[in-house]
Amino acid sequence: MIYLWAFIIGGVICILGQICFDVIKLTPAHTMTLLVVLGAVLDGLGLYEPLIKFAGAGATVPITSFGNALVHGALKELERDGWIGVITGIFKVTSAGISAAIIFSFFAALVAKPKG
Amino acid sequence: MANNAKKKLTPVQQEYKRMATAREPARPVVKNCIRAFFVGGLICILGQAITDMFVYWGGFDREKAANPTVAVLIILSVFLTALGVYDKMAQWAGAGTAVPVTGFANSMASAAIESRSEGLVLGVGGKMFTLAGPVIVFGTIAAFVVGIVHFLINQSGAGGGH
Repeated sequence: MIYLWAFIIGGVICILGQICFDVIKLTPAHTMTLLVVLGAVLDGLGLYEPLIKFAGAGATVPITSFGNALVHGALKELERDGWIGVITGIFKVTSAGISAAIIFSFFAALVAKPKG
Repeated sequence: MANNAKKKLTPVQQEYKRMATAREPARPVVKNCIRAFFVGGLICILGQAITDMFVYWGGFDREKAANPTVAVLIILSVFLTALGVYDKMAQWAGAGTAVPVTGFANSMASAAIESRSEGLVLGVGGKMFTLAGPVIVFGTIAAFVVGIVHFLINQSGAGGGH
């Protein structure tokens, strides 16, 4: 059942992105930025976590979850260490994603040739 | 913003702009949305399958498994980008491949690969974040603001959701 909801919710978030492209005519960079900020605000309101429980990867795979993860790290350390935690915690959760993207993109650039 | 830009144009340029917008081919919004829905949904199903693998064989709990899942999807996406496959898919699927984290990784990998000729430091290192940079910057700023707001709410004793 979670696979069905992952498909539907993930697909709907992609439709949101497509509407930003085609209807509001935003650039991809603006669209991604908007979705990340949306994810961050939703997590700030406590709404993203229930969505993950409900849709699993449908909520964790789209880029909105990046904003959610940034806020999540910040809030967790805020609870534990006080105000400085907002600074120290932001990248705690997203480390895997950002590190993997940097490392593998770098090695890909060493090996691959640009394609048309 | 758009209004500001309009004011600086001469009447002839404005006329041209009106003509250009009127003749711009209409984008097939519905078709694009259906494609985005299916491809985006399929990538999320793949993500769910990887999450379940980490839960069953990796001993992760459901919440913690999201992180390695994202890492695996990113590796896959960079691999497909290096082969030139991801960008072909992206032309067909639009936001369906751009919105999942795989699109984030694709933007970094393709920028890095294309800028390889400009050198390792200024090309690969500098251009890698052309699209990913704004996402990280604004995500961080948003997270900072949300964190501060939570801090202030907790301080004032109203009690936050977390």
